[in-house]
Amino acid sequence: MTVSSLQPLDPKQFDHRCALHLLQRAGFGGTPQQAQALADLGVEQAVDYIVNYKKLPDPDPPNVDDYDKDIIKPPTPTERSAIRAARNSGDEKMVDQYRKERQSRQRADRKQIAEMEQWWFRRFVSTPRPLEEKLTLFWHGHFATGYRSIENSYHMYLQNMFFRKNAMGNFKEDLVRGIIHDPAMIKYLNNDKNKKQAPNENLARELMELFTLGEGDGYSEDDIKEGARTLTGFAVNDDDFVLRPNLHDTGTKKIFGRTGRFDGDDFIDLIFTRPSASTFIIEKLYRFFVNDLPHGETADSKAFIRALSKKFKQNDWNIKPVIKAVFLSQHFYEEANRNAIIKSPVQLIVQATRSLNPPQRKKMAQTLAVASDIMGQRLFAPPSVKGWDGGRTWINTSTVFMRQNTLLYLLTGQRPDSNAWEADGTHFDAMQLVAGKTRTPKTTIKYLLSSILNVEKPENDRIATLEDYIKTQNNKINNETVTGLLTLITAMPEYQLC
Amino acid sequence: MSHHSDNEFESTSSTGSTNPYSRRLFMQQGMAFLSMATTVPLFMQRSAQGIMIPLGSLVSSQAGVPEDHTLVVIQLGGGNDGLNTVIPYGDRSYYKNRPQLAISAPGKSSNGSGTALPIPGADGFGLHPNLTGLLELIDDGQAAIIQGVGYPNPNRSHFTSTDIWHTGNHSGQGYGWLGKYFDNTCAGKPNPDGSIAIGNKAPLALLGKTQKAVNFETEELFKWAGGIGNDDLEQPYSDINRKETSQSNANDSQLDFLLRTSLDAQVSSDRIRAAVSKRPLINYPDGQLAQQLQLIASMIRADLPTRVYYASLGGFDTHANQLNSHSNLMKQLGDALNAFQKDLKKQGNTGKVKTMVFSEFGRRVAQNGSGGTDHGTAAPMFVIGDGVQNGLLGKHPSLTNLDSGDLKFNTDFREVYAAILEDWLGADSKAILGKSYTKFNMFSA
Repeated sequence: MTVSSLQPLDPKQFDHRCALHLLQRAGFGGTPQQAQALADLGVEQAVDYIVNYKKLPDPDPPNVDDYDKDIIKPPTPTERSAIRAARNSGDEKMVDQYRKERQSRQRADRKQIAEMEQWWFRRFVSTPRPLEEKLTLFWHGHFATGYRSIENSYHMYLQNMFFRKNAMGNFKEDLVRGIIHDPAMIKYLNNDKNKKQAPNENLARELMELFTLGEGDGYSEDDIKEGARTLTGFAVNDDDFVLRPNLHDTGTKKIFGRTGRFDGDDFIDLIFTRPSASTFIIEKLYRFFVNDLPHGETADSKAFIRALSKKFKQNDWNIKPVIKAVFLSQHFYEEANRNAIIKSPVQLIVQATRSLNPPQRKKMAQTLAVASDIMGQRLFAPPSVKGWDGGRTWINTSTVFMRQNTLLYLLTGQRPDSNAWEADGTHFDAMQLVAGKTRTPKTTIKYLLSSILNVEKPENDRIATLEDYIKTQNNKINNETVTGLLTLITAMPEYQLC
Repeated sequence: MSHHSDNEFESTSSTGSTNPYSRRLFMQQGMAFLSMATTVPLFMQRSAQGIMIPLGSLVSSQAGVPEDHTLVVIQLGGGNDGLNTVIPYGDRSYYKNRPQLAISAPGKSSNGSGTALPIPGADGFGLHPNLTGLLELIDDGQAAIIQGVGYPNPNRSHFTSTDIWHTGNHSGQGYGWLGKYFDNTCAGKPNPDGSIAIGNKAPLALLGKTQKAVNFETEELFKWAGGIGNDDLEQPYSDINRKETSQSNANDSQLDFLLRTSLDAQVSSDRIRAAVSKRPLINYPDGQLAQQLQLIASMIRADLPTRVYYASLGGFDTHANQLNSHSNLMKQLGDALNAFQKDLKKQGNTGKVKTMVFSEFGRRVAQNGSGGTDHGTAAPMFVIGDGVQNGLLGKHPSLTNLDSGDLKFNTDFREVYAAILEDWLGADSKAILGKSYTKFNMFSA
């Protein structure tokens, strides 16, 4: 199994269900009509439409000026000496004034990061380029950087723009090279403290362990030590990368058995001579887009990942050909890979919003951002440099209810944090989802189950349960009862999968 | 900012009907018709009644430690001012450093906050005047106050220091110390009801590699809310989420796993809501912490198979005008602990519950210019229950031998953890804390 692993799907097989599967995995799902439009394009054009998203106009592109970049500023040398003088002379009033000023800036900055979270949720829901956003989220989780540590919202925003811009770029040249020059990452992994005189290994270690090669895969502790030296002096000046020559170690280093006066950029080139540089990220992409492999790799997944890694290397670590090959492959559409991934909180919320069309509620983005946090995924704040573990770790007895109640909020306005209904006068139009056909309870139920869960044949007992419910409603199909059906379908364990 | 329109979730559809994401398409195209064939159900439908969480996973790893030992952890969030909690009224430098904030010695005139409550057997040290509830527990032989607890190279960030206390290691990275306790004792099998936190998120302390905590703010939020406005949905919801599936096995499908967790959640919710629906045996005071402890006491009374409960009280980050706010917090804390202990006594459960109180750090020795205190280091911990060495334990940190204005700790918090893990929970503390710590001597022999 080499070339045949990437064998494309027979175009004749690309039906509505395939299109919806593609829409869910390459983005955040959509309506049956959107899936049908993709299906009608045929697999090649559909994938092209999704992958070449830059052809689609972005109606509301993020801009560097959208947020205040000056909330958090390091003190100027003059301020610093004034504070020091006040401290030494015991001028408590002055010290206090500086402290208050700093605290009020930190408060303003926390407010700004909360606004950014909400903005990103709005973008997830409204973008015409879902794959761009999905990849941006993937890179955010891969090159994980947390606001809690760096306490600078604007740097998080710049990093977010960086991920989006290079979402489908070259892994080595754009993403990895870019990240060692990224202010938020440099601060997060303390590289601003990495000095020739006192090296700090944090960035060098994670660069290999978490970002490119995988733990212990093709490097030694000495390679980390020497790699750290190449990154000395890689620092931040205000909002920009700066190389501080007096802190940078220009001496000879020995990495992977090679010797030279390497700097950080050489270090990246060296890392990409290691075999796992072509496999590690591919396996992670596979788990994100194809199957999260709760029991580890299977023979099929192994063969596919191997073939994909080969393609990745042949294409000089460009992401696009790899992503395209995945979405065109027969493997991606195999039954074993459908409904095989546990939705992340963002996926759960955004997919429900994009496919069920709930009304816009008051403070909706805020409510959803907080709900996502409670479900374990706070944007701009992954739990550690490892990012979100994902898969089954999303699900426990507490998040089960939070997930169900957040979906309930989308449909009915009943808040997930208080059980009270949002009194904003909005009204969910459930009939839009079954419009155009006069249907019996049975056909309505079957239609909703199959389209929302994207299954060919709904389970009999699920049908029976929903029919029992409709019987208690005198077999009426109206806005209220269809909303009832939807609250039940979204409360099904199977709705947690995509 | 252009993104922040009032129309929060405006859908974009400017590119017309060739855009598959356009909402307009929705109106223009008919419904797709999918196959309607039926299929055989994959899982047997069985009532969830009688399904209990296996108790075998609760067996402790060490012989001789009873299986019902329970730990309640209370976190004082924001950094509690230790020097105004346990007051070194015999030390002049305390008054020198805190001209406005110091609490007067017993019998002296006060600054409006009252005078320190003398701690029996501890000359020169008193409790905050509002900690009468705690003093009563000391009088009753049930409270240990461990002075000057901290760790080397103290971190003054709330987040990082909290993570350090939760993980028990200085990087603040990795799993929680109590999560690891479950990981270690349950042979890798998560114990669904092993730990319960009151709050909308489970604290890192309870997060293990396999162990996950149950958490909820109020029992009303620990259930599906869809039936609240529509009774007719309860039965179908229950049918959907109480579907039994195969036991956990090495190759279970994603759906098996989800069905199992959903069923666990229902059972857990039923059990917890039944437990807390009973009227408590005593009246609890008002306040966030008292409410949480009331919930916890009712779950202990109902004999849930839970070994660790977690509660928290916030508001301790007293940078400005702290006299009043800190006094109120002390009152809440002392009264809540007192009520909780009285409740346990009435239940006859004081012998099986120990309560540990901590904060991520103390505060600076000197007051700041705003009538408050800034982030500091070492602070006291409390351990409450039958069989603790009563009263003031450990050594109070010096107020003159400081580390750039901060107290030097005398007891590493992991020595307290080690004692709790070994002597109360019967676990191997070295395996959990990654290092062998001397157990802090706080339990009666």
